[in-house]
Amino acid sequence: MFNYIPIVGQYGIENIRQFGKAGMLLFRSVFRIPHFRKGLPLVIQQVYAEGFLSLLIILVSSLFIGMVLALQGYHTLSKFGAAQQLGPLVALSVTRELGPVVTAILFAGRAGSAVTAEIALMKATEQLSSMEMMAVDPLQRVIAPRFWGGFISNPLLTMIFNVTAVYGAYLVGVQWLGLESGVFWSNMQSAVEFRADVCNGLIKSLVFGAMVAWIAVHQGYRAKPTSAGIASATTRTVVHSALAVLGLDFVLTTMMIGGW
Amino acid sequence: MNNFVEIHQLSFSYNSNKPVFKGINIEIPRGKVTTIMGPSGTGKTTLLRLIGGQNQPTQGQVLVDGQEVSSLSSSELYRLRKKMGLLFQSGGLFTHISVFENVAFPLREHTKLPESMIRSLVLMRLEMVGLRGARDLLPHELSGGMARRVALARAIALDPKLMMYDEPLTGQDPITRGVLTQLIRTLNDNLGLTSIVVSHDVREMLSISDYIYVISGGEVIGQGTPASINKSASPQVKQFIEGFPDGPVPFHYPALSLQEDFIAYV
Repeated sequence: MFNYIPIVGQYGIENIRQFGKAGMLLFRSVFRIPHFRKGLPLVIQQVYAEGFLSLLIILVSSLFIGMVLALQGYHTLSKFGAAQQLGPLVALSVTRELGPVVTAILFAGRAGSAVTAEIALMKATEQLSSMEMMAVDPLQRVIAPRFWGGFISNPLLTMIFNVTAVYGAYLVGVQWLGLESGVFWSNMQSAVEFRADVCNGLIKSLVFGAMVAWIAVHQGYRAKPTSAGIASATTRTVVHSALAVLGLDFVLTTMMIGGW
Repeated sequence: MNNFVEIHQLSFSYNSNKPVFKGINIEIPRGKVTTIMGPSGTGKTTLLRLIGGQNQPTQGQVLVDGQEVSSLSSSELYRLRKKMGLLFQSGGLFTHISVFENVAFPLREHTKLPESMIRSLVLMRLEMVGLRGARDLLPHELSGGMARRVALARAIALDPKLMMYDEPLTGQDPITRGVLTQLIRTLNDNLGLTSIVVSHDVREMLSISDYIYVISGGEVIGQGTPASINKSASPQVKQFIEGFPDGPVPFHYPALSLQEDFIAYV
């Protein structure tokens, strides 16, 4: 029985140590005076690699999520004779919750895992070490642009997600199920507030973007330089990101609803 | 100062129970090719990392060009590293950019030279290693020997004063070995470098080195010019040079005695 106590303690200490290392990594790579002439092209490259290349999965999933939401919503709302409230239902659930959360999780799966694998492989093949020996700081050259790329891409993707999901709901609700288009849009417009709903959703997506990007670069940088190490680092990126996003979402929602 | 690198009483261990170095002293004279030999796993690569400041010594000093590496701030360390080139065993080429861009990388990072000048410099470096024609290839299209030569061209791109080679010949065919061996010597003499070669390729290194250190078990077990190493009376050095399978450097990894390991389980 007493043998287990040190194991639990060791596990706890190890986790806290990893957390500290991740914080150090973030601090050393991000909290620096930025070097725009060299840094900006690198960040733009990463916005392309992480953001633009994730567009397809975001567009397709958001369209389908919007359509399914409209179908389910219409089915239930019409039981109460409230089918004209479909617009607000979809728009509110997407901008407040589904948009930021689903985008962040998809983003972790598509871009976060790729970032982790790339950094870990660069480490395993001594590309990071050789960069250090060429007097180029890999934290500035490799880690920081990938972090900023994720930080910038995720909110942009969330906006696109929101728009496409609402459009998907419009396709199903208005074009297919025959809701009055004016009712659909005007009810949505009067129910959704820009500041409280759309902006709060985007604030969430900023936080999630930073979180996912942070987890991805940390897991890549600390990965064991072996094939198994890279595989488990990539898996950890997706799992940790999903958990962090869902946990943070609860906290942020509480804060926003509670009016902190 | 006559020595480019001086190592005094250096001790190092990754974890406390197994020391890699136990107070070694090594001096690398300026302008010479110095080889550090020893069996695999004696920390030769670690030694290069200590000189490059990627690892910190547990005890003792590493002086490079008169500066103590472990006491430098990170910006001073980066300034010092511009004077060093390190050829990694795996090459460490950036896999997503071409040979040309790989060699141009340090120039683009550290200088503001115009594109035409960078092109000339890169092609000159590639010409030195005989790969001017391979400039547009990607690293995965290169053979192992070519990749190492490209990495070498990249390492000398900034005109370092010290060039370090980590097992430059390992896993290469005989022709490539000959090419690389000769390159180490000619680059050293033509560019006025100081070279440190970590290797266990006895025959090749005896032929081009000015001075040789043999390390084993965390200590320097022999040193001298190639001729004196060849005639060394030390049984450990002799075993290494001649390649005897067993001797003072044991064949067996430390283990329990046979009796304890087998009988106790029956």
